[in-house]
Amino acid sequence: MGLLTFKGGVHPVEGKELSKDKPITVLLPKGDLVYPLSQHIGAPAVPVVAVGDTVWKGQLIAEAGGFVSSPIYASVSGKVKAIEARRVATGDMVNSIVIENDGQYTEVEYEEVEDVTSLTPAEIIDRVKNAGVVGMGGAGFPTHVKLSPKEPDKIEYIIANCAECEPYLTSDYREMLENPAQLVGGMRIILRLFPNAKGVFSVENNKPECIAKLKELTEDEPRMEVVELMTKYPQGGERQLIYAVTGRAINSKMLPADAGCIVDNVETMIAVYRAVRLGRPVTNRVFTVTGDAVTDPKNFYFSIGTSFQELLDAAGGCKEQPEKMIAGGPMMGFALYGLDVPTTKTTSALLCMTKDEVRLANEQMTACINCGRCVEVCPETLIPSRLAKFSAIGDQENFEKWHGLECIECGSCSFICPAKRPLAQAIKTTKKQVLAAKRKK
Amino acid sequence: MSELFHVSSAPHVRAKDTTERIMLYVLLALMPTTVFGIFNFGYRALILILVTIASCVVSEWVYDKIVHKKNTVGDLSAVVTGLLLALNLPATLPWWEAAIGGVFAIIVVKMLFGGLGQNFMNPALGARCFLLIAFAADMTNYSIDSYTGATPLAAIRAGETVNAMDMLIGRTAGTIGETSTLCIVLGAIILIMLGVITLRIPGTYILTFVLFMAIFGGHGLDYQYLVAELCGGGLMLGAFFMATDYVTSPITPRGQILYGICLGILTGLFRVFGANAEGVSFAIILSNLLVPMLEKITVPSAFGQVKECKITEQIKKIRKGKEDKKDE
Repeated sequence: MGLLTFKGGVHPVEGKELSKDKPITVLLPKGDLVYPLSQHIGAPAVPVVAVGDTVWKGQLIAEAGGFVSSPIYASVSGKVKAIEARRVATGDMVNSIVIENDGQYTEVEYEEVEDVTSLTPAEIIDRVKNAGVVGMGGAGFPTHVKLSPKEPDKIEYIIANCAECEPYLTSDYREMLENPAQLVGGMRIILRLFPNAKGVFSVENNKPECIAKLKELTEDEPRMEVVELMTKYPQGGERQLIYAVTGRAINSKMLPADAGCIVDNVETMIAVYRAVRLGRPVTNRVFTVTGDAVTDPKNFYFSIGTSFQELLDAAGGCKEQPEKMIAGGPMMGFALYGLDVPTTKTTSALLCMTKDEVRLANEQMTACINCGRCVEVCPETLIPSRLAKFSAIGDQENFEKWHGLECIECGSCSFICPAKRPLAQAIKTTKKQVLAAKRKK
Repeated sequence: MSELFHVSSAPHVRAKDTTERIMLYVLLALMPTTVFGIFNFGYRALILILVTIASCVVSEWVYDKIVHKKNTVGDLSAVVTGLLLALNLPATLPWWEAAIGGVFAIIVVKMLFGGLGQNFMNPALGARCFLLIAFAADMTNYSIDSYTGATPLAAIRAGETVNAMDMLIGRTAGTIGETSTLCIVLGAIILIMLGVITLRIPGTYILTFVLFMAIFGGHGLDYQYLVAELCGGGLMLGAFFMATDYVTSPITPRGQILYGICLGILTGLFRVFGANAEGVSFAIILSNLLVPMLEKITVPSAFGQVKECKITEQIKKIRKGKEDKKDE
């Protein structure tokens, strides 16, 4: 069978070798932990603790603020120090719960379920919802909403997004190597919700060890399959992944469920397993500290809420002055002003890049020479250079006409542009404006 | 916050190709043709090449100075324009005429329209057509050293026969860069390997042209005639190096194919029914003018977008109208 993929895409320097062979190490936080109440898509969570309260690890500290929302749990034991606005990775000020770590890590007891087959679908979704599971690949969409489509019988594919196409990131890779049983377990649980679905683990072919491991584990699972994807960015983009696996193409106005698919990434699926089988809420996740500037790149199993600074210190700090600090990968991550910001359920990496690594991004930009490379690489078959032009002159009407709203913000166009023009950045901005104007109407 | 880092919007890494590098690739790909041109036509070719490049670069530099714009000579596009212009001139042309051509290409065709990326017409070809009109006699004087007069195209038009091997190697009369098909194809292979151009434009151009000539050329599938038409004039150089000029060709994939077809038909028209034996330059600059329209009608539909054909849309509307009436 040939390798599955999509049309377009780019091949950035992978950079995964820095941290890919570093086993996941458990990191116990020392300083205060900060929990922004809005670390998922949807309504912010509502605090259920007050300043001065003592909390244990695994205790609910904020409940979901609506159906499309998610609760938050304490990831250490300690005292609630404050409930106030704190700066987060994106630069915004977000209302957050601050917990002073008492260093005891006293944990609440979790209600395990030995036999998941005894649970009804409604019970499974409830357990996922109560554990605060959200899309941990970065989007942060509440998983229980994803798992409750209108017609569960029409779902044909449950796709485990094991592509990890962002350069440098290795957290999913390590999870697949070290916890494949939990990943398969998560898939087994989700498959119970969808009687007509097939579970597909889709892995990029630059991770042969993971493919072998997953194949071995799913040998006796008639409803599961492992497929190899071509290594190409953005192979893990939801629409591109669905196309690669099923040949079905969806646009911005459709949900994966419209194509009979549900896509969850590795970390999310493992969180589902831990929530349903072990009764554990989302308090920890795997995180990669990497980049050429880092002394000792590592993968950590850490408490959500730890500050980026602590994680960097745990990796030995920086061996040279970093030029850029990025929360996430180099293609879609956020550049950080400083490291004194908390991690959330969706942060998967801290990337400290040297001047040399980002040299080309700082290069002088020239005029667009109309070379068409952005068109060749756009996974959504758009004309990025034209959209950027419309965005520069504020022509929202033509921006929409040339399908600007279909942009998935993968950044491939900016990456490939020889004139080093900020195409994706311009398109992102106008897309936001157009969507905001639409909402007003 | 204790220290502030450099921030910017994603993506934070870039591919290594830059505008200058692409221009360098084009210059590299033009080297076989250039070297052969100098070898074929002697020192006068070399002088013309140096003069046009110098005149293009100096024009751009002076223009930037006068209008207080950032100096753009460093992007090397003026060097490419200068070299391409020289390759499109006969080696006998007086050097000062070539210099005027360079000034026209850069100032009139390129800078007055906003500089790199904004010109609607290929600067080198725009200048060539200007020179053809301004200095008609000098621009069509191909007799130098061993060659006396007629280019293979003119010869075949006059009913004479030409040696196919000579044309492939380039031992014929013509402009400095157009004679050697072999060198041009070598350069084209370099460009394709380096990912600078695709075959969409030159491929459709050449195919359409051959079809057109086979049908309307009056010689049917006569091999000698077709080879002479393909390799005897400026078609190869035009197809691979000038029609593929990024700035003046469509950016949409389907637009590029339509553009190639336009080029093929226009070149054929000019050659078969025109007053001149040659027609590539005019075909390219005329097609350049069609580019905005070609792009407009070939905007690709986005990934996953359901394309509704107009007729089904109409049917749906009518059906809906009927249903509404029923409801009433």
